[in-house]
Amino acid sequence: MSRLVVGPFNRVEGDLEVTLDISGGRVDRAYVDSTLYRGFEQILRGKDPMDALVFVPRICGICSVTQSVAAANALRNAMGISIPRNGQLATNLILANENLTDHFTHFYLFFMPDFARDGYSGRPWHGMAEQRFKAVTGSAAGDALPARAAFLHMMGVLAGKWPHTLTLQPGGSSRAVSSTEKIRLYAMLREFRAYLEKIMFGDKLENIVKLDSMRALEAWRDARPPDASDFRLFLEVARDLELHRIGRATDIFLSYGSYEMAGEYLFSPGVWDASKGTLSAIDPSDIVEDLSHSRMTGERDARHPYQGETQPAPDKPDAYTWCKAPRWRGQVLECGALARQVVTGHPLIRDMVEKTGGNVTTRVVARLLEISRVIPAMESWIKSLSPGEPFCVQGRMPDNAKGVGMVEAARGALGHWLVVKEGKIANYQIVAPTTWNFSPRDRDGIPGALEQALVGVPVGEHERVPLAVQHVVRSFDPCMVCTVH
Amino acid sequence: MMNLIWLQSGGCGGCTMSLLSADVRDLFGMLKDAGINIVWHPGLSEQTGSEAIEVLEACASGDLPLDILCVEGSLLRGPNGTGRFHVLSGTGKPMIEWVRQLAEKAQYTIAVGTCATYGGVTAGGCNPTDACGMQYDGASRGGLLGVDYLSQSGLPVINIAGCPTHPGWVLETLLALAMDSFTQADLDELGRPRFYADHLVHHGCARNEYYEFKASAEKPSDQGCMMENMGCKGTQAHADCNIRPWNGGGSCTDGGYACIGCTEPGFEEPGHPFTQTPKIAGIPIGLPTDMPKAWFVALATLSKSATPKRVKENATSDHLVIVPGIRKTGVK
Repeated sequence: MSRLVVGPFNRVEGDLEVTLDISGGRVDRAYVDSTLYRGFEQILRGKDPMDALVFVPRICGICSVTQSVAAANALRNAMGISIPRNGQLATNLILANENLTDHFTHFYLFFMPDFARDGYSGRPWHGMAEQRFKAVTGSAAGDALPARAAFLHMMGVLAGKWPHTLTLQPGGSSRAVSSTEKIRLYAMLREFRAYLEKIMFGDKLENIVKLDSMRALEAWRDARPPDASDFRLFLEVARDLELHRIGRATDIFLSYGSYEMAGEYLFSPGVWDASKGTLSAIDPSDIVEDLSHSRMTGERDARHPYQGETQPAPDKPDAYTWCKAPRWRGQVLECGALARQVVTGHPLIRDMVEKTGGNVTTRVVARLLEISRVIPAMESWIKSLSPGEPFCVQGRMPDNAKGVGMVEAARGALGHWLVVKEGKIANYQIVAPTTWNFSPRDRDGIPGALEQALVGVPVGEHERVPLAVQHVVRSFDPCMVCTVH
Repeated sequence: MMNLIWLQSGGCGGCTMSLLSADVRDLFGMLKDAGINIVWHPGLSEQTGSEAIEVLEACASGDLPLDILCVEGSLLRGPNGTGRFHVLSGTGKPMIEWVRQLAEKAQYTIAVGTCATYGGVTAGGCNPTDACGMQYDGASRGGLLGVDYLSQSGLPVINIAGCPTHPGWVLETLLALAMDSFTQADLDELGRPRFYADHLVHHGCARNEYYEFKASAEKPSDQGCMMENMGCKGTQAHADCNIRPWNGGGSCTDGGYACIGCTEPGFEEPGHPFTQTPKIAGIPIGLPTDMPKAWFVALATLSKSATPKRVKENATSDHLVIVPGIRKTGVK
């Protein structure tokens, strides 16, 4: 058996090191280390509760808005107020803009460049991948970045700027949209749709949403050559490299539900257990964080986030990461676009998961499917905005209160738990999506989702940075700065 | 070609994400054409793991010339000065050690964002990681590299402060270096490029008419001036945010929220809740930097008494309730 340490692990957000025990050309055990600790949960203690809206988006520059939404939800929950319809529509639009930007950035800048690497030079598609996706110099960067920047112009109108807006408030959005801005937003969105339909998919979004089985997806792929669109090229690469055979984790999927409108979700919440084919409701009181292998004080008492502690213990024996280990009823869950789409029951993703489980291919397909599902929803939200009616209401924070805010980031389930005492933040605990996916072992020695997904991944004899390992890690689109925060 | 290495430490990656939102046709192409070669960036480059370490080691040893070192995120000195709150993965070596070594070799050293310049939000609260900036610890000069640090070109650390940085600030600084047209005189007292730091956020603020008449917002989503009640520091914060639009046409004040002075050292601990204006006897304590208090009070009283009904009513609404009137006489 040999040991391989992979780091700095780049083209992920933040800092990650992966240690692999390898035997017989395959990963036997994996240990995932989040190597950066900043201590936002410590920083927030003693602050005015509303100041959370300044600090938490700065946990992350890639899912900054999602952190804001979770904080605004937690504050609103503690205040006991509800949000006006316009405020909810604006929040959904801002959140969707960030989530889709994240999916888009992940595909073009973080994930696809690996297929342009020299290690794949013998493959029939390699020339195409290299021309299009070579890191920094490929043609896709020149195409996709301006499209991304133009899509983010929606943030200029709705949120002032991105990242790190203060627009999202417990009572709604501080930026009311006028009737002319409504039309501009619609034009910006159509512009992005045009890029997606022409370049990314080479088809109408509605045709992607309609794909309802693995067979239908394969037929769609084969209808035109791989260079007809970026998505087709990915599907061809995935078929050739059999990416559906690597990266399976627990196949128990978590979603808090996404894009709420008057109690209804565009993507419904729950926990889907693929092996049993069952859907359970998600009750936040069933979530605990285990610290047994985290560089944090606290050994065996896994705690609910309301009682959670964050006290670094850099020299703790057996600890190998700053990340905590969240568990739901003792189980390791996977979250992200794949989890959202399987929980909400999209037929294509349900079929793929039934046949091949969670893996590199299904995670990427779910992400792109989600782009094509959310754009039409955004169009309808814009049309529903009612300029002249309120976007924000005023609330008052009680001197003593508790609140929870749950939201879906691009990468999955994000929860904020807030305790206010005598008008100040007494405790603030955050469980981020990558905390779920990249958690370390718990007190029972059960590895986290990525640690499980890496077991069995092939490693070539001379590979210092195994490509298959990189595909698996990046298929989760990890956000390490959120993980430890 | 100028070799550029970009490192990220105790920040959020938001300055990189912001740079990628630059409104240019081809960001990487523009840098390349200007003569800047991105040798390694943790978010963008192909090389991972040992391949990346080789590049960093070559620069640290001087085998590969390092022209521009960009550092994003605060420098974490804790625990107990060891820097172990951030070890560069795969190397076992704290990031502060890597930064010290590379900064010795660099022709130019750039701190990107308020974390890397002055410490930023990572240094907030109890500052659990002993975070500081490259050459400042809050407003005090020093930081990780020390008071006397100069890069090989003879310049101190270039502090592109902002949380996050505007893509134009970073891009134009890099292009200025590539064109060899950046000198000590282009930096302000706090090491910030003057092309954006010689402005105040107040300049060009779309709420200016409300400011003139002291017609103030009272709650989020109101259109009025946010200085009196909502904690806005636009008249004191150095940046061109309302002249140079963000994301196609926005700014914080356009987004309906206060300027929190994110380009200033110590912005993370204003000593009051961010979105409330501290006042003494009803007068905000943080007045425009170069205005005597008595004058401000006199002018504010006068302008409040002269506020047109339109401005007053629109100030506390989220949309125009009264539109500007049309004078029948016309303007000659």
